[in-house]
Amino acid sequence: MSGPVLEIDGLTLAYGTRTILKDVSFKVLPGQVFSIIGPNGAGKTSLVRAVSRQLAPMSGSIRLKGQDISAMDNNCLARQMAVVRQTVDPVPMAVEAYVLLGRLPFFNRFQFFETQKDRDLAASYMDVTGIKDLAGMSMDRISGGERQLAAVARALTQEPDLLVLDEPTAHLDITHQAKILDLVRRLRQTMGLTVLMVIHDLNLAAEYSDCLALIDKTTRTIHAMGTPDQVLTRENIEQVYRTQVQVEKNPVSGRPCVFLRTGGGYKERI
Amino acid sequence: MTKGPAIWGMTLAVLALLLAFAAGLSLSVGSADIRILDIPGILARGQETTAYGILTGIRLPRMILGLAIGGALALAGTLLQAMFKNPLVEPYTLGISGGASLGICINILFKVYAHIGIIAYPLSGFAGASLVIFLVYGLNRRNRHIRSNRMLLTGVMISYVASSLVMLLMALAETDDLQNIVLWIMGSLDEPDIALIRLALIGSLAGLALSYLFCLDLNGLLLGEEEAAGLGVNTGRTKKWVFFIASFLTGLSVSVAGIIMFAGLIVPHFMRMITGPDHRILLVASWLAGAVFLMLCDVLARTVIAPLELPVGVITGIIGGVIFIWAISRKTGDI
Repeated sequence: MSGPVLEIDGLTLAYGTRTILKDVSFKVLPGQVFSIIGPNGAGKTSLVRAVSRQLAPMSGSIRLKGQDISAMDNNCLARQMAVVRQTVDPVPMAVEAYVLLGRLPFFNRFQFFETQKDRDLAASYMDVTGIKDLAGMSMDRISGGERQLAAVARALTQEPDLLVLDEPTAHLDITHQAKILDLVRRLRQTMGLTVLMVIHDLNLAAEYSDCLALIDKTTRTIHAMGTPDQVLTRENIEQVYRTQVQVEKNPVSGRPCVFLRTGGGYKERI
Repeated sequence: MTKGPAIWGMTLAVLALLLAFAAGLSLSVGSADIRILDIPGILARGQETTAYGILTGIRLPRMILGLAIGGALALAGTLLQAMFKNPLVEPYTLGISGGASLGICINILFKVYAHIGIIAYPLSGFAGASLVIFLVYGLNRRNRHIRSNRMLLTGVMISYVASSLVMLLMALAETDDLQNIVLWIMGSLDEPDIALIRLALIGSLAGLALSYLFCLDLNGLLLGEEEAAGLGVNTGRTKKWVFFIASFLTGLSVSVAGIIMFAGLIVPHFMRMITGPDHRILLVASWLAGAVFLMLCDVLARTVIAPLELPVGVITGIIGGVIFIWAISRKTGDI
C-alpha cells in the first residue's frame, strides 16, 4: 500500500481574525471516498478552498502525494487534483468545449489546439457521465444537474489522482444525486480514483463514503472520524448538529441511516 | 465555443476576403478616381504617374493605419472584456483615452509641438496614456493579484478626472488651440508620419501575437478565477499581461489616431456572436474584423460629404451604434 494521496496536518484556517478551522488533521488513502460532513458554516467549503489553494492556511500543511501543495506550480497541481465546485457557472460555451478545458493543464505554452487523444478522453468521460448527447449544447441552456455532470466530466478529463467534490449533490433531485454518486463509486472501483467530498446529506454520506470526518462548528475541529458506523451515531450527531435524531440501519445497504425526530427541537442537556 | 474548427476556417476566410475588399475600396475611393482593378497596373508601372503618388503616398498609409488601429482597438476590447468578464468594458473605459487627451491638450496649450515638432502629438498622447495605465495598475496591485472591480472603478474615476481636466484646459484655451483639440479628440486616420504608421502596424501585430499566447488562459478565465486556477492557469500573471497588452494597444491607437469610439466595443461583441467565446479564434477574428470595420468607416468618412471629410470617429459612433442596437435586439437571451 502506497502512502496517502492527501495528507492534512494541523491545518488552521482563518478569514482575518475569524478562525474557521482549528488544528485539523486527516489522511485520505488511495482509492478511498473520504467525506467531510458538518453543519452550515462549519468550514467545509473553506477546507476545499484550502486544498485547492484558494485560501492560504494560517498554519499546518496540505500534502498531495507527499508534496506540499504550497510549493507546487498551478499546472502541476491541476494535473493531480481536480475540483468540482458547489455551483457551476452557466457560461455560454458548448458542453464539449467545457469538458475539453480539463486538458488545459497538459498543454504546453506554445500548444494551442487539443490533440486527438484529448478529444477522445473528453468524449469517453462525457460518455461515462451520460452527457454525450449534450456535447453541442451550450452550458447556459442545460439544467443545473446536467451542468454538475459536465463539471464532473471536465474534472475527470483532468485524469486526476484526487477528485475533490464540494457539495456535488446540492440542488439535485434524487435521480441526479444517485447518478453522480454511483458514478463516483464506480470510478473508485474501476480507476482507483481517490475522492474527497464535502456533503450535507448525512444519509448519502453514509451510503457512499469509506471514511467520514464530522466537523463541529463550536470547537472548529474534527469531532469524530472513521467509518460511517463509527461517526454517524446518535450522540455524535446530536452534539454537533444540536438536533434530535434517531439512527437506524438502512435495510438495503446495512449502513447507518439518520432520521430527524421532528416536533421536539434539541434541548441542551444540563 | 459552440463552433468547430470548420467554422473557424470559414470565419477567417470570410474576414480575409472582407479585408481585401475593404483595402481595395480604401485605396480606390477618393477625389482622384482610381479603379480597384487598375491598382496592380498602376503599381507595376511605377513612380512616374500621379496615380502612383496618390496611392502610395496618401491612400496606402491611411489604409494601413486604419488596419492597424482598427485591429488594435478591437483586440484591446476583446482582451479587456475577457479579463473583466464584463461586456460593457471597452478600451477607453479605464481612462487611457482620458490620459491621452490630457497629454495632447497640454501639448497644444503649452505649445510643446513648437519645440520638438509634430511628433509631440503622439508622444504627449502616449505619455498621458502610459501615466494612466501605471496609475490604474499601481493603485490596484496588492500581493500580485489584480482586483478586477476595483480596477474598473478606479479606471472610470480617472477617466472622469481626466476629462474634467481636459474641459478645464479647453475653457482656458484660445480659439485656435480649441479647434485643434476638438479635431484631435474626434479622431482621424490622417497621419503624415510614415514612421509612426509603421510603428502602429508593428505594435498592433505584436499585440495580437503576444496576446495569442494567453488565448487558452483566457478560455480558462471564462469559468471564473477559481476554476481557472484549478485548471492550472496562472490567473495573476495572465491578467497582468492582458491588462498591459490591451492598455498599450489602446494608448498606441489613441495617441496616433485620436479617440475612435465604438470599434473596441461592438466588434468584440459581434465576433463573439459569430465565433463563440473561444479566444483561439476570437482574438484573430476580432483583430481582422476591427481592421475591416475601421477601414470601411474611413472610406465613408471620406466620401459622405466629399471633397470634405468627416472625422472617422463620428462615423464609427453612428454606424457602429446603430448596427449594434439592431443586432442586440435581434438576439434572444442575454449577452
